[in-house]
Amino acid sequence: MKIIVCVKQVPDTSGKVAVNPDGTLNRASMAAITNPDDLNAVEAALVLKEQTGAEVIVVSMGPPPAEGMLREVMARGVDRAVLVSAREFGGSDTYATSQILAAAIDKIGVDKDDIVMCGRQAIDGDTAQVGPQIAEKLGLPQVSYAAEITKEGDTITVKRMLEDGYMTIKVKTPCLITCIKELNTPRYMSVGGIYECYSKPYEIFDYNTLKDHPFIDKDTIGLSGSPTNILTSFTPPQKGAGMMLEGADKATCDKLAGILAAKHMI
Amino acid sequence: MDFHLTKEQEMVRKMYREFAETEVKPLAEEIDEEERFPMETVEKMAKLGMMGIYFPKEYGGAGGDVLSYAMCVEELAKVCGTTAVIVSAHTSLCCAPIFEHGTEEQKKKYLPDLLSGKKIGAFGLTEPNAGTDASGQQTTAVLEGDHYVLNGSKCFITNGTVAETFVVFAMTDKKLGNHGISAFIVEKSFPGFSVGKHEKKMGIRGSSTCDLIFEDCIVPKENLLGQEGKGFKIAMMTLDGGRIGIAAQALGLGEGAINEAVKYTQERVQFKKRLSQFQNTQFQLADMHTRMQAAQYLVYAAAMKKQNHESYSMDAAMAKLFAAESASDVTRRAVQLFGGYGYTREYPVERMMRDAKITEIYEGTSEVQRMVISSHLGVK
Repeated sequence: MKIIVCVKQVPDTSGKVAVNPDGTLNRASMAAITNPDDLNAVEAALVLKEQTGAEVIVVSMGPPPAEGMLREVMARGVDRAVLVSAREFGGSDTYATSQILAAAIDKIGVDKDDIVMCGRQAIDGDTAQVGPQIAEKLGLPQVSYAAEITKEGDTITVKRMLEDGYMTIKVKTPCLITCIKELNTPRYMSVGGIYECYSKPYEIFDYNTLKDHPFIDKDTIGLSGSPTNILTSFTPPQKGAGMMLEGADKATCDKLAGILAAKHMI
Repeated sequence: MDFHLTKEQEMVRKMYREFAETEVKPLAEEIDEEERFPMETVEKMAKLGMMGIYFPKEYGGAGGDVLSYAMCVEELAKVCGTTAVIVSAHTSLCCAPIFEHGTEEQKKKYLPDLLSGKKIGAFGLTEPNAGTDASGQQTTAVLEGDHYVLNGSKCFITNGTVAETFVVFAMTDKKLGNHGISAFIVEKSFPGFSVGKHEKKMGIRGSSTCDLIFEDCIVPKENLLGQEGKGFKIAMMTLDGGRIGIAAQALGLGEGAINEAVKYTQERVQFKKRLSQFQNTQFQLADMHTRMQAAQYLVYAAAMKKQNHESYSMDAAMAKLFAAESASDVTRRAVQLFGGYGYTREYPVERMMRDAKITEIYEGTSEVQRMVISSHLGVK
């Protein structure tokens, strides 16, 4: 059994966000981190590894320095890593990225028992499109927004966390799951893991490695193969903290009604 | 000396820093206030390999190096002096002498539990009348058939109440002076062994410090560490290594105080200016940072020499002397920069100042370090 986890190196948007004149992120001026949701996917894979003995492989598309991030992920317990990296892949939007990652995952091979995992979305673009698009390309059933994952035989039960409630879904392997931060707390790298990570298998899939795959076509990869045009990008204003009322009594209900009435909502 | 860190050392420091900020810093004030040993933190550190950093994997260690151990103590001390000394005493004073002087059987028996952090280790050399003059040991060990019988007591033992494995020194032949001292591995469960009162201290208050009492304590003959009569040498070699740990603790305390002072002086406004805009603040912080940077070079140099199996006794003494005295100076200056708030327990710098003082005293006072350094210079 294999678990293939997609991870992305992203600029740390928790600090100041720098934007280029063309609306894209100025990545060079921001610290690079592993996309937080992807670490939840890695953690979920490592938990399944502990339960089943599965091999955990991480895949990332990015420039060669992304190796550092992949080694850090291996220091947490991942078995091997693949970096998909080529000039031809540069400038890809989510559509093109999904094509390329799907080709890479297909090359690694998705067998009957296998699972592909992704973070819900990357903090640099917040699209949440790549995971589902990879599933579509590979013809895998997909379950997004996983807040709980349990595996019994070839059946995986996923509790999805949606804005207005939970949904529990059963899916058979092979499948693709996208993970959210509520799923788990990612573990730290361990000292032993760190001193082992540079001796673990690490491969680079360049253009030549993937060029014969049916998903890889000059017209559907890289900047020229990306249908997305960025008109503008901005940091959305923060929502207010909100107000919580507790209690199931009449006084609380009256207070709630009063607040809503004051805002002319009822 | 090449101070470039390897990729692994850079990565491990990042991990220690994250761990210290997330898991250790939030508890630092509480464990100091309550004088509580942070067992939950030790359990977390154990899982990450931080209780056996530079020992080989075959004995349950993490396979790291001495510098990555020093950096661990440094990063922990930036936020909590107590947590730093727990790792330092366990690693340098108990795991190291067993690894360096133990038989294969002793290493296989004791190291896996110690290095994986299942058990905590401690070191018993100091006695009420044998502090800096460690040769004045009054604890005795008498061979009777297949075991030694130990009688006496030790004091100021770091990790004492929580440790399960101790490296203890006792006189096997009083007539021989230093050459009559031997080292033993003592388990907490051995008959006749007990721990005494917990010391109430000025700093590192979450750290356990207590007496060890031996009343006809039975220690199997096979628990003699090294040869009979070689205990003093083992103790001195162990303390050479221990000094790297305490120097790293002092280094972290000083750096941590600077971090706090930089933050505070950029927020605090007096005379319509941030404190950081005053030249006095800038010069103070520049001097503080320069001292700690110099201390870091000394500490890292000593750690690298130990890692490379070079002679490092004088380097460790210089590192501890300079880092400890710098930490005391820098933390005191940090309190001064904070003014009245620095003197309150609302801010961490007063704790750091209290914690720093001990680094000038334990595992060889600053005066002892000067004796070690001058003896290496041949000055008699």
